[in-house]
Amino acid sequence: MNSIIFTHTFRFIILVLLQVLVLNYINFLGYINPYLYILFILLYPLKNNRVVFILLSFFLGLTIDMFFDSGGVHAAAAVSIAFIRPFVLKFSFGAVYDHQTMKFSNVEFGSKLTYFTIMILIHHFILFSLEIFNLFKIILILQNTLFSSIFTIILCVLATIIFSRRT
Amino acid sequence: MQQIINFIIRNKSFLLYLLLFSIALVFTVQSHSYHKSRFINSANFLSGGIYKSVNDINEYVNLKTQNLILQEENSELRSLMFSLSDTINHTYIDSTYSGISYKFTPAVVLKNSYSLNNNILLINKGSNDSIQQDFGVISSKGLVGIIDNTSNKYATVISILNTNSRISAKLKKSNHFGSLVWNAKSPRFIQLTEIPKIASIQKGDTIVTSGRSTIFPKNIPIGTIESFQLDNAKNYYTIHVQLFNDMTSIEHVYVIENKDTEELNTLINSTNE
Repeated sequence: MNSIIFTHTFRFIILVLLQVLVLNYINFLGYINPYLYILFILLYPLKNNRVVFILLSFFLGLTIDMFFDSGGVHAAAAVSIAFIRPFVLKFSFGAVYDHQTMKFSNVEFGSKLTYFTIMILIHHFILFSLEIFNLFKIILILQNTLFSSIFTIILCVLATIIFSRRT
Repeated sequence: MQQIINFIIRNKSFLLYLLLFSIALVFTVQSHSYHKSRFINSANFLSGGIYKSVNDINEYVNLKTQNLILQEENSELRSLMFSLSDTINHTYIDSTYSGISYKFTPAVVLKNSYSLNNNILLINKGSNDSIQQDFGVISSKGLVGIIDNTSNKYATVISILNTNSRISAKLKKSNHFGSLVWNAKSPRFIQLTEIPKIASIQKGDTIVTSGRSTIFPKNIPIGTIESFQLDNAKNYYTIHVQLFNDMTSIEHVYVIENKDTEELNTLINSTNE
């Protein structure tokens, strides 16, 4: 139990630092940045206290907001995907998730990709809608969402492949 | 009563989500209104400290280019100094005293952003160095932004690349003035609006600050005209200005304090009443 808490605290700090100090300066094609920090929410243990999980996601978003001076956009997006995570899990993994036996290290790649894609798309859409905050720029919001999502999905999948413990 | 408590316990995660989401929404709305101090900002001990320690390392990478920029500025100031001493010797006009006293404080940019809609910079000077809200920030090449939040050691700057910022600017040639806004498309260009149709403008003309607000002194360079068009009502020009400053790589800036701000503001307010 302690090792789980330790792993996730460590992951929280590393992801925030990576996001703030490296990934935010990529600016691919001028404005495309990946938001890898939500990997913390994606890979949070499945058996969890939901209240604690939502609170943690909120603080993760708020920490990112503090570094980016972006008001509360990351907090809003992070807390939203934390709340809808059980529904997305059920949708993408189906029966495996219902039996409470699944682990992220031994699930099918296809359903994992579906899960990542849905979560990341929703997160980015909320993020950019709140950041741009103008309904007339809906095209810009969708465009940013699409490009940044592709970038984030690729990085998330790569990160999970590289850091998965094979036994 | 029992039922209400049961309802709350049953839906506690949803209610918590609603609460946290609305808190985040309040922060967001706050950040979109100009000059309302942000509750969450990077001018604090934790994020400021982290940005500073990383910047201490990063500085070395840009040392050469930054040195060149500083040297350029030095030579410019030197030539100004010599030409000035000439005029003073010959004509005896008190041209050094402009009536308004400005204090310049050098600072280093710790965090720069230019790809968002509302870009904010972080600098390494704060209220300990008597920096306050609404002080102007410039670099050796031109305008950078306006101070927003301050902590003891750090301050955040609303960049000119921010859709909320509006700074008064004018055509250097004809003194027609308008306000600078940003359309969030490119960090190299900024828009000057509300220039009356009667003004004669040409591609390549210089845009400078107007000095109509108390924040910036007159004639700080901003950029040159890249293109211009009349707005829908055909009364005002909207001008695309190419910035002198490369906003993607600023490091050394100066914070301008206008010592007469208070006096000017009381005077203006008493006239308005």
